[in-house]
Amino acid sequence: MSGAASLINSHRHERPALEDGALARRLLIGGATAFLGVVLLLPLVVVFSSALKQGFGVYFDAIADAEALSSMRLTLLAAAVSVPLNLVFGVAAAWVISKYEFPGKGLLTTLIDLPFSVSPVVVGLIFVLLFGAKGWFAPLLQALDLKIIFSVPGILIVTTFITFPLVAREVLAVMQAQGSDEEEAALTLGASGGTIFLRITLPKIKWGVLYGVILCNARAVGEFGAVSVVSGHIRGETNTLPLHVEILYGEYHFAAAFAVASLLCLLAVATLIIKQWVEWQAARHRAGERSTAPVRPKPTLHKGIAP
Amino acid sequence: MSVNVKELSKRFGGRREVVGVDRVSFECPEHRITSLLGPSGSGKSTLLRLVAGLEIPDGGAVCINGEEVTQVPVRERNVGFVFQNYALFSHMTVFENIAFGLKVHGATASDIRARVSELLSLVQLQGYDKRLPDQLSGGQRQRIALARALAIRPRVLLLDEPFGALDTQVRVELREWLHQLHEQTQVTTLLVTHDQEEALELSDHIVLLKDGEVEQVGTPSELYERPKSAFVAAFLGGAKVMTGRVVGGQARFADDALTASVDLAEGSIVEAFIRPHDVRLAKAKGAMPAKVARVERLVRVGSFVKLAVVLPDGDRLSVQMQNDLFEEHALAPGDNVLVDLRRAQVTPRPNYTI
Repeated sequence: MSGAASLINSHRHERPALEDGALARRLLIGGATAFLGVVLLLPLVVVFSSALKQGFGVYFDAIADAEALSSMRLTLLAAAVSVPLNLVFGVAAAWVISKYEFPGKGLLTTLIDLPFSVSPVVVGLIFVLLFGAKGWFAPLLQALDLKIIFSVPGILIVTTFITFPLVAREVLAVMQAQGSDEEEAALTLGASGGTIFLRITLPKIKWGVLYGVILCNARAVGEFGAVSVVSGHIRGETNTLPLHVEILYGEYHFAAAFAVASLLCLLAVATLIIKQWVEWQAARHRAGERSTAPVRPKPTLHKGIAP
Repeated sequence: MSVNVKELSKRFGGRREVVGVDRVSFECPEHRITSLLGPSGSGKSTLLRLVAGLEIPDGGAVCINGEEVTQVPVRERNVGFVFQNYALFSHMTVFENIAFGLKVHGATASDIRARVSELLSLVQLQGYDKRLPDQLSGGQRQRIALARALAIRPRVLLLDEPFGALDTQVRVELREWLHQLHEQTQVTTLLVTHDQEEALELSDHIVLLKDGEVEQVGTPSELYERPKSAFVAAFLGGAKVMTGRVVGGQARFADDALTASVDLAEGSIVEAFIRPHDVRLAKAKGAMPAKVARVERLVRVGSFVKLAVVLPDGDRLSVQMQNDLFEEHALAPGDNVLVDLRRAQVTPRPNYTI
């Protein structure tokens, strides 16, 4: 009897709480899903439906257009140059900051974030001031017959600058969380610096590096503001994919603009899928060693893919 | 291989929470275990890292086997270092961990296999070679860390709080095991610990550090029986230090409530190092009230009883009594007792200024 009574009692006590929880949970999940649907999924649907509104013929013509192909090549070149550079410099900066003590370390750490704290347009203008026709280095560039602004090198430089923090920050976070004990242990066992980096440090940071590279690549492909300032918009020469989309849109070629934009969207979706996979792999890896290594805070997307 | 540390200094200009050391000298005799003992903040870990070469000293010298190695980089010093948190290579198996040092020294695959299996049996973890570090318990990891350090046949073994991260029972077991291991390997060992029991039990010599300076060096019994300072007495065996004066051939403390016969000049100021188990208590029957202390509180802790005693001047003294002795006296809280200091060490106070 008493058992049944307590059951009923507990039932009566818990029911309202449970219902409240379920209601709140449903509202929150529903709200978040609706928000994501309107803000993220709907635009994606609009991009693809607008791109295909005039049929596949127009879609493929827009993509196969000579200017579109040229902008694709330039965008891929920008990513192909900036990602390896930032991989090397990012890992080097993270290594130096996490392993050594030196004066100005705090300043260096702050400087890594500089490209994120300055508006991309301002970044573009800074490089125009440095390398433009009336810039600081103008006499030198003229003497060497080099052109940076309104030319491909300018686009590569600003893309590299803008995307610098992505690898460095990811790798630095991982390195600082892991400390240097394993490296010191390897050192006492007689390993050289190169061996320590390749056999101890790199296996520990590889997921952080990969994650940084993915974000860096996504940003390099999608960068608009800074590139727009230094590009000069020379068709078939200095237009990247995002700039090409803007030009098409400005000239009322909506279907073509959305067709090219859909390429960027596909790339974004692919990036998200790869990113998810990397996070899943990294989490699995961490779960394996959670008892030895401090758990690293879950990586967050620093900034959107497009400006 | 003996280790000689001469006038070693290291300052850390206020950055980090790392403690420096100031002109520290000591010697670790060959084949012996020497402990660097001290509270946290005494610079003992810094000293160990200086001996390993993981830190560069500001001054002084480190010699291994008579040869100065102060300028020799870590990886050429050939020292085995064991970290408090093991620092095993988490992405490598136990085999690969132990083999790492051998591999970078260019050993052949068959030599590596032979040496690793020899070490695994030395640390009693045969059959664990394919495990990853996270599949081992804390004690097992620490034994693998030791095997890895011993693999390169180091000239000296350096242990930085090797059992600090383990729970008491495992710690006591591993302490016993390390002692046996040392009997077998005979490697000159330098052990950093803040645990006095560990140092007293394991080491042949103790270097007691305080605030980055050497406080006393000696065998465990020398340090325990003849502490040079109040700090040493308090740190080893938790002695309470009381100051008194010699009157009538007796050292008197706490308003004459505590007395001990001494052979010292009349009127000289003395210090007593009173350890909890050096004190004898007896029920006070008809004694002068001025000399009577009172049992304030008692706690049974396994084989002994801990008592807090309030002296007539209000000062407190902690006392330990074996269970059988305690039963004999049948003391209870509130009882008046006489305190006998017979076994406490009384010395002339080195510094008369107060």
